[in-house]
Amino acid sequence: MQIDIDEISKLFGATAALHPVSLALPSGALVALLGPSGSGKTTLLRILGGLEFPDTGRVLFDGQDATGLTVQERRAGFVFQSYALFRHMTVFENIAYGLRARGRQRPAEAEITRRVTRLLELIQLPDIGKRYPTQLSGGQRQRVALARALAIEPRMLLLDEPFGALDAKVRKELRQGLRDIHDTTGLTTVFVTHDQDEAMELADLVVVMSMGRIEQIGRPQDIRARPASDFVRSFISA
Amino acid sequence: MSDTVISHVTSEPRPVRAALIGFAVLAMALLVGAPLITVFAEALTDGLPVALESLSHPEAVDAIRLTLIVAAVSVPLNAIFGIAAAWTITKFQFKGKALLLTLIDIPFSVSPVVAGLCIVLTFGANSAFGGWLVANGFPVVFALPGIILASMFVTFPFVAREIIPVMIEQGRSEEEAALTLGASGWRVFFTVTLPNIRWALLYGVLLCNARAMGEFGAVAVVSGKIRGLTATMPISIEMLYNEYQSVAAFSMAAVLALLALVTLALKTLLEWRYASQLAANRRH
Repeated sequence: MQIDIDEISKLFGATAALHPVSLALPSGALVALLGPSGSGKTTLLRILGGLEFPDTGRVLFDGQDATGLTVQERRAGFVFQSYALFRHMTVFENIAYGLRARGRQRPAEAEITRRVTRLLELIQLPDIGKRYPTQLSGGQRQRVALARALAIEPRMLLLDEPFGALDAKVRKELRQGLRDIHDTTGLTTVFVTHDQDEAMELADLVVVMSMGRIEQIGRPQDIRARPASDFVRSFISA
Repeated sequence: MSDTVISHVTSEPRPVRAALIGFAVLAMALLVGAPLITVFAEALTDGLPVALESLSHPEAVDAIRLTLIVAAVSVPLNAIFGIAAAWTITKFQFKGKALLLTLIDIPFSVSPVVAGLCIVLTFGANSAFGGWLVANGFPVVFALPGIILASMFVTFPFVAREIIPVMIEQGRSEEEAALTLGASGWRVFFTVTLPNIRWALLYGVLLCNARAMGEFGAVAVVSGKIRGLTATMPISIEMLYNEYQSVAAFSMAAVLALLALVTLALKTLLEWRYASQLAANRRH
């Protein structure tokens, strides 16, 4: 799904989290929002997911105005920074949550089991359905959060610092995992990171942000070769 | 080497420790154990049959029934108000939040007698509103609604105060995750919020219940102490005691104490039974 961000701005109190920003994300792209903390990248992601609403501007999904859609109507698979798994539910129930929440269109129990099993295979953790989140490692939690987000057959995948809570070794492994899942599902995927290595290695398109503004948009190699500002130059060489 | 140093720093000499522990045990025995034993001993001075006989007196039955009704109404309502208040305070940013927190704590700091007087002045027959209520056949003061109001005022903070720290610690992200997965607000509340606060809620409800059944001061002011009509268990205990019916008074006091002990036992049992889940909730 093609995502267009048209002159979006957002104030928190008196501080501007986002100055009017515009951005076009092609369908099926793997996009990194890269920037230091306070650059507005997470706010932008939450606006895409419907968890925050912009003060001005529009969000377009496949050319349709989606600005007023509720978080439920967005159908965005969202992976939270610390994963936000439901601590009182098993991994199976975590992944099944979005399917059970569908009300009248809720699939039959056998269909739910089939889909959850398939998702557990997709994240290569077929045997952990009965465990609770506290019994998982950080890397496993991240993959369960990904499976839970994918269960609702989302129109896009949004990830907030998906590797932030992991140690360096697991982080490298899971980068490839996210790339594989993106390539398998073909979903437009946006992830937020402050780690320029991560953005450059993983993304097709990198959006460098600072102080609520977009500094540069481009392919990793182009940003490396031709940084558009002093900020970008110093940030990517850090 | 370092172990011995630490133990020197942190632990007192043996005699001091023994004295401290002994003092604590003695204080507990004197302040809590002895009165409790006295209540039961006094109730049973003429034997169990006499004590039970006094409890089956119609006025005693009415008092017990009234107390149970008051608890049955005020505890669920306070649970709902407590959850609503905790939700408002922890999930939203708004002006006057600190004021709201202070207001929730007022019943802890205001004397129950003052609270009772406020209800009498507001809803009593001498006020405009109270007069209108009485004229329309809905008296509040010296009647059940007043007793429930007084009990609710006194027990209001228990549930909210238990839940607020838990909700603050857990943050909003699980609820947000449920929303992104398509769940409605109510579904999020019942499948995510409520299960996450269930232990704190249960503690709050148990404490609230114990206090609602035992409240004396505020109820004494608003109830008018009408025997068989507005006398709750604590009120009738006082009345019986003042009339030198000590077996009857202590029998009812023993029942009230037993209700409190059951509450405590229930809380301990739950803590013990679900210790691992409680720990898991905190660790996550």
